[in-house]
Amino acid sequence: MAKSIAQEFAKGLWEEIPPFRLVLGLCPVLAVTKTVENGIGMGLATTFVLIGSNLFVSLLRNSIPAKVRIACFIIIIATFVTVVELLMQAYAYPLFLKLGIFIPLIVVNCIVLGRAEAFAFKNGVVASLADGLGMGIGFTVSLGALGGVREFFGSGTLTFWEKPAFEIANYAPSFQPFGFMVEAPGAFVCLGLMLCLMNLVGSE
Amino acid sequence: MGDYIVLAVSCILINNILLAQYLGNCPFLGTSKKMETAVGMSMAVVFVLVMAGVITWIVDTYVLAQFGLEYLRTISFILVIASLVQFVEMFLKKSIPALYAGLGIFLPLITTNCAVMGACLININEEYTFVQALVSSFSYAVGFGLALILFAGVRERIILARVPKPLQDTSIGLVTAGILSLTFFAFKGMV
Repeated sequence: MAKSIAQEFAKGLWEEIPPFRLVLGLCPVLAVTKTVENGIGMGLATTFVLIGSNLFVSLLRNSIPAKVRIACFIIIIATFVTVVELLMQAYAYPLFLKLGIFIPLIVVNCIVLGRAEAFAFKNGVVASLADGLGMGIGFTVSLGALGGVREFFGSGTLTFWEKPAFEIANYAPSFQPFGFMVEAPGAFVCLGLMLCLMNLVGSE
Repeated sequence: MGDYIVLAVSCILINNILLAQYLGNCPFLGTSKKMETAVGMSMAVVFVLVMAGVITWIVDTYVLAQFGLEYLRTISFILVIASLVQFVEMFLKKSIPALYAGLGIFLPLITTNCAVMGACLININEEYTFVQALVSSFSYAVGFGLALILFAGVRERIILARVPKPLQDTSIGLVTAGILSLTFFAFKGMV
């Protein structure tokens, strides 16, 4: 418990940044990062669930019996996922359609359950909130970065809020989009190479 | 009958749940280092996914849709899957100890395997009939097993190769999965 709140927050941004350092919750990472926008949207939805579940798990940690804790965590998480689902249907419907079944699947995202089990169940409310926020931001940044790389090479654009903010074709008319990147194989290879880059930078 | 065969082939090869739909990737990377664990995980998934697909279809059609409670789908499906896994575990422990010992630790892990929940949600979103849901659940599970066992075989050989240090372990695993995914990509033109 020697770590300060700021350290709990900051570890999610580099030291233990998901999904690179903690290789958990890969399915949404691979599936929704065809564009920057989808990546960031998914990241924010996950962040909301992560903060909510961390808060409630740490609040209730003394009244949840250890034997049935996983079932309790899942109910708390599923409640927040339902909240996000309904909110997105009301206020961000186009994004909700694009993310499709990956919104309800936040329930089984190992990062959320992993943080509840490994951190929130053992720590106080403020530290858990900081942990949730840090992990969430780290996850959003990773998804945004992966989405950016894949969209940049795969379709030659960068899109924010439905408008293309940048198009390679404006600068290099002969550019051919590298379609491999936005398909399933590209997702695996791209994530693998980014992980390699992180290892290379981190090892010094 | 022909329709069901087309559905089965498309679920196993073309829309392979691991390599084309990106579902269930945590166990895909986590349990593929040894052939033994890969086989155990695949068996557990086949077992649970078929039961979960059938039960969630019944719950959705006869309970949620009847009372207009579709917004509770996420929470009720995860509860069905979690309790099913718990029940299967207790049942196997009591009556078929040999199978229980084989599946071992993989059973509880399935609760958080998004392939199971994902396949159940796809069945509902595609508005499959009962038999279609049964066929697709089974085929998705077989596709999961096929991809996982193939990948485990490749990965066991990668250990012998000289991989650059930053690329080791998960990183080279992901690149390999990408190449495997590319081979499955070739089935796209089949149906």
